Amino acid sequence: MKKTPNELHTGIAAKIGEKLGYGVIAQTFAQDELVITVKPAELNKVMTALRDDAEFMFEQLVDITATDYPAKADRFEVVYSLLSIRLNARIRVKVITDEDTPVASVVPQFSSAIWLEREVWDMYGIVFEGNDDLRRILTDYGFEGHPLRKDFPLTGYVEMRYDETEKRVVYEPVTLQQDFRVFDNLSPWEAMTTVQLPGDEKATTQKIGPKNYRQKGAE
Amino acid sequence: MSTANATKTTHEMVSLDEAGRMTAVGDETQIKPYTINFGPQHPAAHGVLRLILEMDGEIVERADPHIGLLHRGTEKLIEYKTYMQALPYFDRLDYVSPINQEHCFALTVEKLLGITPPPRGQYIRVLMCELTRILNHILNITTYALDVGAITPALWGFEEREKGMEFYDRVCGARLHANYVRPGGVNMDLPKGLAEDMWAWTETFTKTIDDLDGLLTQNRVFKQRTVGIGVVDRKQAMDWGFTGPMLRASGVAWDLRKSQPYDVYDKMDFDIPVGKTGDCYARYMVRMEEMKQSLKIMRQCLHEMPGGPVKSDDYKVTAPPREEMKKSMEALIHHFKLFTEGYHVPAGETYTAVEAPKGEFGVYLVADGTNRPYKCHIRAPGFAHLAGLDFMSRGHMLADTVAIIGSMDIVFGEIDR
Repeated sequence: MKKTPNELHTGIAAKIGEKLGYGVIAQTFAQDELVITVKPAELNKVMTALRDDAEFMFEQLVDITATDYPAKADRFEVVYSLLSIRLNARIRVKVITDEDTPVASVVPQFSSAIWLEREVWDMYGIVFEGNDDLRRILTDYGFEGHPLRKDFPLTGYVEMRYDETEKRVVYEPVTLQQDFRVFDNLSPWEAMTTVQLPGDEKATTQKIGPKNYRQKGAE
Repeated sequence: MSTANATKTTHEMVSLDEAGRMTAVGDETQIKPYTINFGPQHPAAHGVLRLILEMDGEIVERADPHIGLLHRGTEKLIEYKTYMQALPYFDRLDYVSPINQEHCFALTVEKLLGITPPPRGQYIRVLMCELTRILNHILNITTYALDVGAITPALWGFEEREKGMEFYDRVCGARLHANYVRPGGVNMDLPKGLAEDMWAWTETFTKTIDDLDGLLTQNRVFKQRTVGIGVVDRKQAMDWGFTGPMLRASGVAWDLRKSQPYDVYDKMDFDIPVGKTGDCYARYMVRMEEMKQSLKIMRQCLHEMPGGPVKSDDYKVTAPPREEMKKSMEALIHHFKLFTEGYHVPAGETYTAVEAPKGEFGVYLVADGTNRPYKCHIRAPGFAHLAGLDFMSRGHMLADTVAIIGSMDIVFGEIDR
């Protein structure tokens, strides 16, 4: 009989607890998706086990990305999405790191990590130790900064144009023709979330999100 | 193409004269290793691909694709937009299969909101996704044939593609950037007469597939250019994160429409073509068969499509009908709030993927409970495929690299994001 995603992932979660307990800090299961947080030192070992163990067979590294929480001391969560074709299951592996601490590269386990780690380095500035091809990939040659960090302004710092007199492309600091506009439309409208009196939370808690950083782009 | 002198040489016997030119050593003339800059403006690069090729004569020793020339910062922009404003960005990723990508984003948001679109909405989505798959494969197969020397398929195929674009036009008013699939369903119902016209088109389109088949499948030149070129075995395909036709051509029977069905795919009867040889020819064959299967799904959708609403009636997520908005104060408020503030998505994160024509297209969304995504990462199938170009083209001739790029179905909108 075909297992429901819930049964399947509960089974995998139990086996992970049993076999990979040495490296797994936390396990969560939400939206039918299994997420494990791994000790940075044990990342390669856990990845190898997830790939090779007959009970997991997560043979494909589908994606690597990161999430930036600048208010935390360890601001980055590196997120690996794995797919097991054998089990028809997915798992997300997370590693938490800060700005300076490198993360072990998973290139020895998955070749697809070469470009994916390049992208995460380019976008977030997270260094992957062991990936010897950490060049920028999506941004321009000679680009400075890491654009997907929350403290990087949406407008960037430099703009580029072709200079007719110099006959070449020149870079200049960004000048905005009008003020950078982001409207704070959050209002007392219940929408989909449940708050005691919607809008109240704005006075007490500071949400971490793009809106807190948008002013920097305008300056 | 321009050439530049390479500093590296594989021949130890080479000697240079005073001007730095290579001189013949021994019995045969030594061939100088070259670095070739291919693109970024080259018709066979399928967009803005800059490829640095280290050549030994005409043999590729290393291929280093430089991407990012079409990078528009989509993921960053989405962080500053409401969920509704974020949707059109997905049309502009892989611009030949826009609806599949909107579909993925819609499914992701629906998952966090915990809503399901009504059946008719789901059928229309699947119908349009399969139409898109056919349009995507026509584009790929015909331009691929163009790359290896055949012009006629492009002329014939694009005429049919234009008819498919007209269906796009009729359903949403745009030929390319549809913005049609929305969280909660689709924007509007099919206009009158469209279903009949689509049915008629599915009847004639088999002829087009047969024509393409007749032009290419047994064509001697086409086979010489593709059979045994860019072979990827099962292990390599898994290791490099290949998905879609690239994975299936290597003998892995894996399709998210079957294995992790979404919307009404579990009610559809269709087969998954799987290749055996993993070369460029197998990838072409897989795509040809997929078009036939997509046609079958389209016909089932048109045949079985139920009546009823096409989008969720939860006015906290989808806009109320215009008519109601003119009469009801409450509907007007909802309309106004939806198009200014937008809806709030409960805090949470999800990775949701669909089987786009090119492979697994996924969205990793982190919501913080406000009206904007905290983070939205886009997993593009072409990114993983292009990363594999280096190992696929090593040891092949320069012209084979062009065939390999063609067989990958590369579109830079999604790779560069």
